[in-house]
Amino acid sequence: MKKIMTGNEAFAYGAYLAGIKIGAGYPGTPSSEILYNFARYPGVYAEWSVNEKVALDVCVGAAYAGRRAVMTTKHVGLNVAADSLFYVAYTGLKAGLVIINADDPFMHSSQNEQDNRHYARFAKVPMLEPADSEEAKSFVKYAVEISEAFDTPVIIRSTTRLSHSRTAVNLEEEPVQQAPPEPLAYERNPVKYVMIPAYARQRHPVVEERLKKLAEFAEATPLNYIEAGDDSLGIISSGVVYQYAKEVFPTATFLKLGMVYPLPVKLIRELAERVKQVVVVEELDPFIEEHVRLLGIPVKGKDVFPMIGELSPGRVRKCAQEAGLIPQGELKKVVSAPALPGRPPMLCPGCGHRGVFYALQRLRTVTFGDIGCYTLGAAPPLNAMHTCGCMGAGLGVVHGVDKVGVKDRTVAVIGDSTFFHSGVAPLINILYNKGVSTVIVLDNRVTAMTGHQPHPGSGKTLMGEDAPLISVEEVARGIGFKRVDVVNPYDFRNVVDTIKEHLRSGEPSVIVARHPCVLYTRERYSPYAVNLELCNECGNCLRIGCVPISKVEGGVAIDAALCVGCGFCATICNPKAIYQLGS
Amino acid sequence: MKKKIDFLFAGVGGQGTILTSDILAEVGLRCGYDVKKSEVHGMAQRGGAVESHVRWGEKVYSPLIEEGEADYLLGFEMLEAARWPHFLKPGSVALVNRYRIMPPVVNLGQAKYPEEKEIETILSGAGARVVWVEGAAKARELGNLALAGVVLLGALSSYLAEPAEVWQTVIEEMVPPKFKELNVKAFFAGREAKL
Ligand SMILES: Cc1ncc(C[n+]2csc(CCOP(=O)(O)OP(=O)(O)O)c2C)c(N)n1
Repeated sequence: MKKIMTGNEAFAYGAYLAGIKIGAGYPGTPSSEILYNFARYPGVYAEWSVNEKVALDVCVGAAYAGRRAVMTTKHVGLNVAADSLFYVAYTGLKAGLVIINADDPFMHSSQNEQDNRHYARFAKVPMLEPADSEEAKSFVKYAVEISEAFDTPVIIRSTTRLSHSRTAVNLEEEPVQQAPPEPLAYERNPVKYVMIPAYARQRHPVVEERLKKLAEFAEATPLNYIEAGDDSLGIISSGVVYQYAKEVFPTATFLKLGMVYPLPVKLIRELAERVKQVVVVEELDPFIEEHVRLLGIPVKGKDVFPMIGELSPGRVRKCAQEAGLIPQGELKKVVSAPALPGRPPMLCPGCGHRGVFYALQRLRTVTFGDIGCYTLGAAPPLNAMHTCGCMGAGLGVVHGVDKVGVKDRTVAVIGDSTFFHSGVAPLINILYNKGVSTVIVLDNRVTAMTGHQPHPGSGKTLMGEDAPLISVEEVARGIGFKRVDVVNPYDFRNVVDTIKEHLRSGEPSVIVARHPCVLYTRERYSPYAVNLELCNECGNCLRIGCVPISKVEGGVAIDAALCVGCGFCATICNPKAIYQLGS
Repeated sequence: MKKKIDFLFAGVGGQGTILTSDILAEVGLRCGYDVKKSEVHGMAQRGGAVESHVRWGEKVYSPLIEEGEADYLLGFEMLEAARWPHFLKPGSVALVNRYRIMPPVVNLGQAKYPEEKEIETILSGAGARVVWVEGAAKARELGNLALAGVVLLGALSSYLAEPAEVWQTVIEEMVPPKFKELNVKAFFAGREAKL
């Protein structure tokens, strides 16, 4: 039996089949669906931890205690978890520990396109890279085996085009249900698990020795193999890019790598001996290519294929033709992409974030932002966010700016999930270091951007259970903030007045703007319409950036099919030309 | 030996391109094709331009279609359909839902939404035959604009050899149970429309 699965569904299925019992992660496109799907298998425990570092520590704990564990993250999440990755690389573990990491070439939904293969080399741990959903499934099992055989965490690297592509997967016999997990006796072994300098010094040689053994393993594992072809080109590739290369170089000899670190030196040499020209086709950095160069093998790679952005079959073919690797042939007559009005993503109709950003636009604050749906407040016509770096950055940045002291009014905005992820520590920092910043928490009760995962402020867990709801305002008060207010973002006057009051006070403060995400709750009311006789074409409603509202002859119109009836546009319409249908 | 068929879906985030293309992929699998599909989730879904690639064939490697190779374009929205002529093969068919969603730059009066004729010229310039589908109108008749995509799928099915029963079974299995009947109706409205 075959079933079509996304790469992420297949990772979850593979984790289940591999006897992994514990999963933890923090959402992040394109990785989020792995844990969501894993949580639905019987006999497993999975959680959305508050951030990736905590998630990895949770999985380390499970693996120390003797249960196989999987941690899931997007590429930048591994930066957050990096400190933990490096210690567990030294300590090793008792049961298998697999980290599934999804990179995002082209930054479809990310702030950078870092190539996380470097983490494998940096932390000295093995990395596998599947090329379709079938491999996504089976590589988790390999990863568990490697992890337990070599006493090391194993990273599996995915990319957007693997995680979010659907390909056929062979369904397997269900794993034999193991006996119910009895509490295990915890094995104490300080020399292995307490990384004080004296013990860590003993572990480092173990890590280096392990890497040598893994390099030998890489030569023999079925994860890496040569596919015979003609002797003109020898292509080295891995991941989904291998699939593109197969289409572009159908007759070439291939070294297909399922394990991208450590690399199989003998196999690479063998390929080089069999062909006239070795070519590495890889996305982002010249990770494999540099390794091949170190072996003294002449190789084509980034001189042919770009280092920036995503590859595609078309891009690989074009580069290969330009470099003369394949005949120019009959260059297909492909028309060029037309220049048409763009359609960037926007805050949804009815989104509560809009009210806060419109207020900030009117107040002309400099706004230090963060990552989430609310980053769209930076887009025209709102233009109301002025920095966005990584999760949790805005609160530290605003404090730094306020310590310098600029003429402008300043605020920081942060989403609720982001607040719990990495906003609490910098909030404490503001108060402790006698800051004056105003922080607005945009609380829509879920992690909206990545697909509505619950978080500590949602009152639910990933397993679907009720959970203690942790209140942002109580956290702020508990830290010691004296000025803390909760506002409804649709109540425009109150939002403006509250922000002004906070800024005027000169003290550090927190405003929680709370309205549940309408895309999640599906909250919908009768749509609004425009009375063109009253409309004075002031343009206010066009400045809130709400898709259903468009300019027409003599005023504006609202597309009733797209309007969810939040009424925010009516609140800010001076001549009161906007009214609710049926009211 | 199964013939390779590449389908490109274009629309606006939230229009249902993902579910509709999932249905098409499943139909291919049931009819004995190797199938791959690809799309992007996340940021792009918030009302931005979205695209899905579906590929049927004897053996499919890449989940992404190559420029100039698509056999069918399913345009859920007119402007979005017009973005992809460079992916179309001469002799391909562009099925376009007659439906407009104004992008922000047009709402603000900073750009013009292309005329129907311009869209036709762009797509036929790539050698595609443009077929207008009254997906939105049919969907409205059925009482739910979200059905437009399945109307388009019905229209597409009339160009392919796979039997109607397979399509119907897959649709019934994949849409939310309470919208099953409506979706089947929408499918046949598209399949039986004179195009
Ligand atoms: C370290 C890291 N982990 C995960 C992500 C992916 N990500 C971006 S924003 C975000 C959370 C958004 O939730 P929230 O702060 O509640 O804002 P909302 O989208 O609901 O407005 C996530 C998980 C990321 N960019 N960086």
